[in-house]
Amino acid sequence: MPNQPIKFYQTGTFTIGNRLLDENNRSVQATAARYNSLNSGHRACQGCGEALGARYAIDAAMAAADRQLIAANATGCLEVFSTPYPETSWQIPWIHSLFGNAPAVATGIAAGLRSKGRGNVRVVAQGGDGSTTDIGFGCLSGMFERNDDVLYICYDNEGYMNTGVQRSSATPPAVRTATTMPLGAEPGNVFGQGKYLPAIAMAHRIPYVATATVADLHDLEYKVKKAINIRGAKYIHIFVPCPLGWGSASNDTINLAYMVKECGLFPVFEAEHGKVTGVSKIRKPIPVEEYMKPQRRYAHLFGKNPATETIAKIQALANENIQTYGLLEQGAK
Amino acid sequence: MAVVMNKPYAITLDVGSSLANKTGSWRTARPVYLDRLPPCNNQCPAGENIQSWLNLAEEHKYEAAWRKIMEENPFPSVMGRVCYHTCEGACNRGQIDLPVGINSVERFLGDQALKHGWKINPGKPTGKKVMVLGAGPGGLSAAYHLARMGHTVTVFEASPKTGGMMRYGIPKYRMPREKLNAEINQIKEMGVDIRVNSRVDDVALTMKEGGFDACFLAVGLQNGRMINIPQQGSLPILDAVTVLRSVELEESVALSGRVVIYGGGNTAIDVARSAIRLGALSVTVIVLEDRAQMPAHPAEINEGLEEGMALINLRQIKQIEGNTLTLEIMVAGHGRDFLHTGQFETIEADVVVQALGQTGAFTPFANLPGIIIQDGAVQVGTDLMTGALGVYAGGDMIPSQRNVTAAIGLGKKAARNIDAFLRGEKLQPKVKAEIADISRMNTRYYSDAPRTMRPVLDAVRRSTGFAEVVGNLDEENAVFEARRCMSCGNCFECDNCYGVCPDNSVIKLGPGNRFKFNYDYCKGCGICAAECPCGAIKMEIEQI
Ligand SMILES: Cc1cc2nc3c(=O)[nH]c(=O)nc-3n(C[C@H](O)[C@H](O)[C@H](O)COP(=O)(O)OP(=O)(O)OC[C@H]3O[C@@H](n4cnc5c(N)ncnc54)[C@H](O)[C@@H]3O)c2cc1C
Ligand SMILES: Cc1ncc(C[n+]2csc(CCOP(=O)(O)OP(=O)(O)O)c2C)c(N)n1
Ligand code: SF4
Ligand code: SF4
Ligand SMILES: [Mg+2]
Repeated sequence: MPNQPIKFYQTGTFTIGNRLLDENNRSVQATAARYNSLNSGHRACQGCGEALGARYAIDAAMAAADRQLIAANATGCLEVFSTPYPETSWQIPWIHSLFGNAPAVATGIAAGLRSKGRGNVRVVAQGGDGSTTDIGFGCLSGMFERNDDVLYICYDNEGYMNTGVQRSSATPPAVRTATTMPLGAEPGNVFGQGKYLPAIAMAHRIPYVATATVADLHDLEYKVKKAINIRGAKYIHIFVPCPLGWGSASNDTINLAYMVKECGLFPVFEAEHGKVTGVSKIRKPIPVEEYMKPQRRYAHLFGKNPATETIAKIQALANENIQTYGLLEQGAK
Repeated sequence: MAVVMNKPYAITLDVGSSLANKTGSWRTARPVYLDRLPPCNNQCPAGENIQSWLNLAEEHKYEAAWRKIMEENPFPSVMGRVCYHTCEGACNRGQIDLPVGINSVERFLGDQALKHGWKINPGKPTGKKVMVLGAGPGGLSAAYHLARMGHTVTVFEASPKTGGMMRYGIPKYRMPREKLNAEINQIKEMGVDIRVNSRVDDVALTMKEGGFDACFLAVGLQNGRMINIPQQGSLPILDAVTVLRSVELEESVALSGRVVIYGGGNTAIDVARSAIRLGALSVTVIVLEDRAQMPAHPAEINEGLEEGMALINLRQIKQIEGNTLTLEIMVAGHGRDFLHTGQFETIEADVVVQALGQTGAFTPFANLPGIIIQDGAVQVGTDLMTGALGVYAGGDMIPSQRNVTAAIGLGKKAARNIDAFLRGEKLQPKVKAEIADISRMNTRYYSDAPRTMRPVLDAVRRSTGFAEVVGNLDEENAVFEARRCMSCGNCFECDNCYGVCPDNSVIKLGPGNRFKFNYDYCKGCGICAAECPCGAIKMEIEQI
């Protein structure tokens, strides 16, 4: 189990910190001295999961790399909301080039550092699901295939949010987007298709692949720290709710990220060299509706005449994940 | 000539931090920290700040935790044994797995204090003299709090020993006397003058002679209530209060042979379990109500049954002929109505004990001007003053819950009002904070943790002696139990708000100092409030 539950503490396992834990069991985010790599004043929407996920991940990377870190960023909300010229929210060396080339830029940085004998400086590339699964996919696959010494982090908010909510190849089936015409009968991806990048990354047999959500900080930090300390290509896929694009309440961001794991739609696991080595089990299983209902992007499936068939198909996807990744505790129904 | 700029190509502005962008202006609602009232605290008849002392116990700060209890209640060790702990019934954790074992932690802390000899100091002398009538929990609690406030207190007690019904009612196997004595000693050591064997027959006179500035009456209800049952023959019929008092005084008690107890309260069960320990042939408790309605505490009933007590519900004793009791079978009607069936059965007995409630003896003060006695109780105002100026009353003798904890709470309340009275002031009632209802909490952050049960003496071993039945939690379990507390409505520094803010707008102030918001950047998304496990953050609409 990647994230060891701490027994006999009222909240030791699940909260960010807790005064009862000893220092080395606390998260980076719980420390008063945390780096705040992504500083206040950024222009992300209220309750943005991507802004939160990025600070969680990059602060953990900074801690693991002893502050020797450079980040390349693809175009997207994270880039736009953090660096409106001439301001920046980043408190680390950070570069933005293009929408599709962040993995290649990071590869170049890593190569440059190596040739200068500064291999102690760790390199992160990051981008949204659009840049990762669509336009930047070729560069990313190349980075994997060459096993470049880069940690790539995808902040998956299941759509092209920065340009006003269009469909990406990571948009789930049946999800409403603002402007993309449905492909066939339903908006979103065609059922049974779509690109699931964690599996594609695993297929490259790279040293480390993991998924995480902003609802389980301890797990997320553990994975980022582990990845930073591995040489070669690493991929972490973080689920980050987007209140604007999903039509969810700004205060529901973490709750949605929690429910997506509990219902099985987003398996949380880690894999080494193409093999799954650990999964976060579901604590209390919930039906997919519970996760979908608070989001207006699913609203067309509910209402007076619920689209029971479509909902059942989404439940089937969750069930398949539960099966494939073994998400239920032994003995649980 | 153009000014030569020291900047790269196409760059005209200096790089700046986004801190220049005060996103706080986006906000339409702001988070604020607050302390809500935990349901346990709200429920405690003695007004203990349970959440707060559990919080200290969690960190192994036992003395500080004990001192927190002592701010409200001088009897933690007694509480941990005889309190009916309705706090646990109100505990929010009960809606998740099982309530926090508040009572057992309290007992652990009380016993720690006795073990280590921790002391409470009296307050700076005020020169005021207060008389307390009765050394039961009500009187002793008032005396303790008055002493902490610096008043000189004299307690008059009719019996040879202190404690009231904590000693003469509650049997040893539930309330070991050395613990009771030790906690009462703590109060004596604060300089409270407790005079035993000192019945007061005329309160007005004693007050005048002693030069007392105020008086607190806590004489309880000392007489067992007896009803008349048609009887032929000479079967002994006793009352429970007298019986238990004789057990305590180790006078010979006629609890032998076939003992029948009439009544469904805790007192009946105490008599039954005492009779078992004294070697009665059989012990049967006859109760008018059904099992669910009888007032005795279910745990007590169960422990009695385990020890061999028989329980017959929905029966009324009609008459007694020689050793034969005739019982009428009753059926439950509406509410507390029980209907006669006209069907009878009989049972044999060698002694009958009536445990049907108590009455008070109020003559020593009944003649004070303004005293009102109604329905067998002395009437008081919200400040606990009787109709007589400067004479307050509390505990069993006023209309109340009538248990040890309530008496202690009333003693404290009286002390605070007397203190104000002595200063020529009136105590302003405190405004209660809103209740930390579980719907305001985010309970998924709490780990699953079952409750630790106190060891219970093996039934056979306990029924042959007056040894204490319910054992102690050891330190490890007590801390574990304390840590099950969810700190409802009160920040316990889990760092959630500090962590989950996407805008770094929560400032961590360091251990013990909690957090504050940075409203320059807080956009008002409300994640902190949603993710606070204990509900200590509230969103307030921004006045724009
Ligand atoms: C058998 C039994 C078991 C109980 N078990 C529990 C239990 O487990 N838990 C619980 O919470 N409650 C229990 N109770 C109830 C509890 O004991 C009482 O509610 C509580 O003791 C009331 O406190 P008090 O101070 O008002 O009166 P008391 O405890 O009755 O004390 C009054 C004192 O005043 C003295 N006094 C009376 N008149 C005079 C006078 N004129 N001059 C001087 N002194 C006088 C009396 O001698 C007595 O010591 C039990 C009661 C009984 C009878
Ligand atoms: C080559 C190119 N095509 C299109 C764009 C416009 N564009 C900017 S951000 C963006 C969407 C980003 O989506 P995603 O990568 O998922 O990040 P998000 O904003 O959702 O975090 C698009 C289409 C661009 N900048 N460059
Ligand atoms: S659109 Fe979505 S991803 Fe972009 S800043 Fe707003 S909440 Fe974050
Ligand atoms: S969980 Fe703790 S604070 Fe909440 S009601 Fe129970 S004992 Fe009180
Ligand atoms: Mg996106």
